[in-house]
Amino acid sequence: MKEQLKTPELAAVEVDVEGGDLSRSDVILKGALAAGAIYGSAMVSPFVRKALAMSESGDVGILNFALTLEYLEAKFYAEAKSRAKASGELKSLVNLLASDEQQHVEALAATVKKLGGKPVAEPKFNFEYNDTAGFLKLAQTFEDTGVSAYNGAGPMIKSKEVLAAAGGIVQVEARHAAAIRLQNKEEPAPAAFDSPLSEKQVLKAVEPFIV
Amino acid sequence: MAEIKQLKDPVSRRKFLAVGGSTTAVAAFLAACGDDSGTTTTTSTMGSGGGASETAEFGKGDVGILNYALTLEYLETAFYADVVKSGLFKGADLETIRKFGREEAEHVEALTAAVKQLGGKPAPEPKAEFPLKNAKSVLELAATVENLGAAAYLGQAANIQSPEVLASALAIHSVEGRHAAVLNTLLGESITPDGAFAKPADVKTVLKSVEPFLVE
Repeated sequence: MKEQLKTPELAAVEVDVEGGDLSRSDVILKGALAAGAIYGSAMVSPFVRKALAMSESGDVGILNFALTLEYLEAKFYAEAKSRAKASGELKSLVNLLASDEQQHVEALAATVKKLGGKPVAEPKFNFEYNDTAGFLKLAQTFEDTGVSAYNGAGPMIKSKEVLAAAGGIVQVEARHAAAIRLQNKEEPAPAAFDSPLSEKQVLKAVEPFIV
Repeated sequence: MAEIKQLKDPVSRRKFLAVGGSTTAVAAFLAACGDDSGTTTTTSTMGSGGGASETAEFGKGDVGILNYALTLEYLETAFYADVVKSGLFKGADLETIRKFGREEAEHVEALTAAVKQLGGKPAPEPKAEFPLKNAKSVLELAATVENLGAAAYLGQAANIQSPEVLASALAIHSVEGRHAAVLNTLLGESITPDGAFAKPADVKTVLKSVEPFLVE
């Protein structure tokens, strides 16, 4: 089956909790990663939009999902500081990204509290890579997935303030994605639109996950 | 100096030009759009239902926001076309500029279609001239334009009424962010000049910044 996956590195990412149940946000994140693994990161956007619509948990639920996604990215870059064997320009980039994602975690947790919600706990992540190239490949996928996830969640957000804040984060994720793609010698902005799928394609692809 | 050759809509351009004084190109442009929108927005069901919005001069509600974005995308498209023609870039940098230019042109097409879908009249293509002295100053201008473009979309996201229009605007917004990061990288500047949270720009700031490039 693995060779049929569009983004197999996403399928190898583990999201777990010890001695407890996965939160709704953890489940949506697992689904988003699976959707991305099978169909590519563009599919994450419609998946997240549908999943959040069905979970009916409002802005707090959306923010908690974003928080879970940022937990993943923050942990990934914090680990990468010692694991990715980065040097020079890439090392500075890893440090910048680690700092940005950590700030996103803190801002999202604070916003959940401000809205009277409870920030979800951080799940346990496991990332499989052994060298700089493996790190970069996963980083590119995570950043593209993050952009796609925020863009999918955006239209579900009720509060204008929350939407504006999420917009300020997704633009930074897009900037990260471009910078990591440049490191990989890949097109930094591969398409004119960050979620170019038609509604029909979306419905067909999302069906197996949420029906 | 480089100039846009493809004037597809001479009538609206003349209208635009007729009102324009030397320092009021933007105001004239806005006035022209305002006239147009008054006759076309009655068919739109997506409007915000009145109230003074920042983009009211471009049309009511989402049509106004889309036309504002369309105007900026026209400027970006024209800018990249001129840069390609200038001969200042070769190799990989030229390819990047061509690619970005094509993507901006796709944004123009998508926004034009979206305005029409909402029953509005697409804003006319503004006439613009850009200073193209040397590669470095052009890259600096490109970075300014892209960072501003990304900030402009961010400034409007929360004002958009229709979830479908918002989804499209977000899909463009993040691409502008990607472009901005690449140009910042080429200049040796930070990919995230605002830090971990990108800052929005309001309509007034954005239009003031592009005013020097509009010609009457």
